[in-house]
Amino acid sequence: MLRPAQLRPGQSRKAQNRLFVSYVVAIVGSVAALLFAALSVVDPVGFAALRSITQEIVTPAARVTHSVTGSISGMDESVAAYFSAGSQNQRLRKQVVTQQRQIVAASTLAEENRQMRILLKLAEQGSGGIANGYLLTSNPTSSRRLAILSIGRNRGVQPGMPVRAADGLIGRVLDSGPTTARVLLLTDSDNIVPLRRASDGLPALASGRGNGELDIRTLNLANNPFRPGDILVTSGTGGVYRPNVPVAIVVRMESDGATARPLADPAKVDIVSVLPAYSAAASESEITP
Amino acid sequence: MSSLAPTRIGDPPSRLRLHAVPILSVMFASALPIMLPLIAAWAYLPPLGLLLFLAWRLLHPSLWPVWIGLPLGLWDDLLSGQPAGSAMGLWTLTLLAIDFVDQRTYWRGHWQDWLIAAISTAIIILTGAALAHSLESMSSLIPLVGLQIVVSILLFPMMVRVAAWLDSIRLLRR
Repeated sequence: MLRPAQLRPGQSRKAQNRLFVSYVVAIVGSVAALLFAALSVVDPVGFAALRSITQEIVTPAARVTHSVTGSISGMDESVAAYFSAGSQNQRLRKQVVTQQRQIVAASTLAEENRQMRILLKLAEQGSGGIANGYLLTSNPTSSRRLAILSIGRNRGVQPGMPVRAADGLIGRVLDSGPTTARVLLLTDSDNIVPLRRASDGLPALASGRGNGELDIRTLNLANNPFRPGDILVTSGTGGVYRPNVPVAIVVRMESDGATARPLADPAKVDIVSVLPAYSAAASESEITP
Repeated sequence: MSSLAPTRIGDPPSRLRLHAVPILSVMFASALPIMLPLIAAWAYLPPLGLLLFLAWRLLHPSLWPVWIGLPLGLWDDLLSGQPAGSAMGLWTLTLLAIDFVDQRTYWRGHWQDWLIAAISTAIIILTGAALAHSLESMSSLIPLVGLQIVVSILLFPMMVRVAAWLDSIRLLRR
């Protein structure tokens, strides 16, 4: 096929000018847009507000599809599961055996704990959430890991609040609109969570990889202290996330840390709870009489 | 004039339909992923808006002025979760690049269009990911979006068929 003749506006002065102006607009506009995207820390033109409005317009469709089908849970995972079914089976059998032992040990500890709590009359730190909602949809075309929550400012959801499911931490609220909010998932590479190992309190940092897994780095030790099966919980350091929310389980060792899988899979959880942003100073003053 | 004269069978399609079908279809394709109840653990869905946008452009070189990438990219940015302005800038630069290539080639065919779309898609997705992750090194970005790029390139011929089908509706005589 011969290339269609176009682009040349012919002799018309007006058409030539219009073509020239459209090129100028396109070049200036695209360079400005890219600069803006690269420096997106500032938001001079109210882009966030525009995004929140668009989201409010489009997500009712997600509410409908969600109510019809439920979330299409872990489509990617069910595909990947075929590749590792055999080795996974073996690994899981081993894991069941060790975990049964751990459950027995833990149940005796729980009873001991309960009695000691009564003795100390330790008040349970407020574990109530601000509101419950569900994850409507996500941005499956972007390399950022964001999900959209079915509740927003109408239920008191504010940016920075942690979001958790029954199994563990999901992420934190990035921005909230009138009836929806965007959640930065744990697995986003910009989301860094201070953790500690549940068994001995070893401090660590988790950052997402953008592919459903987490990078675990230890803070102080030269050798690699992690073992597959280690459970990691939030440490509460630096605020935002309150301590002792389960986060991830270590699945693989790496040369400089470990790879972990979040305990709560956002694709499978039904209901999530938005928690108040935690601040260490505030809760200390609550405890001390 | 057309509003006064009664429409007759065989009249050309309305200007509204001629202009609205491509723009609305690209906007719908951008919005589709966010309307599905899909909580993705990684970026596996191809950028449908971008693919349909490229398909329209390669099907009809004179359909749009070059600045159309700015408003359509803005809409895509609002929905895709990418930082503001990334699709705006990248889509428009791609249109400029395709115009540039068009002026230097005399023959056009399906394979050549696919090649142009493949290169554009790969560059846009990679640069978009670099912008979203504050310019991390390429080696860490490729595992993040590599599969998405491959899927997008393979999906492109289908999006050309979709655009061609929409085009036949667009040009339907009354």
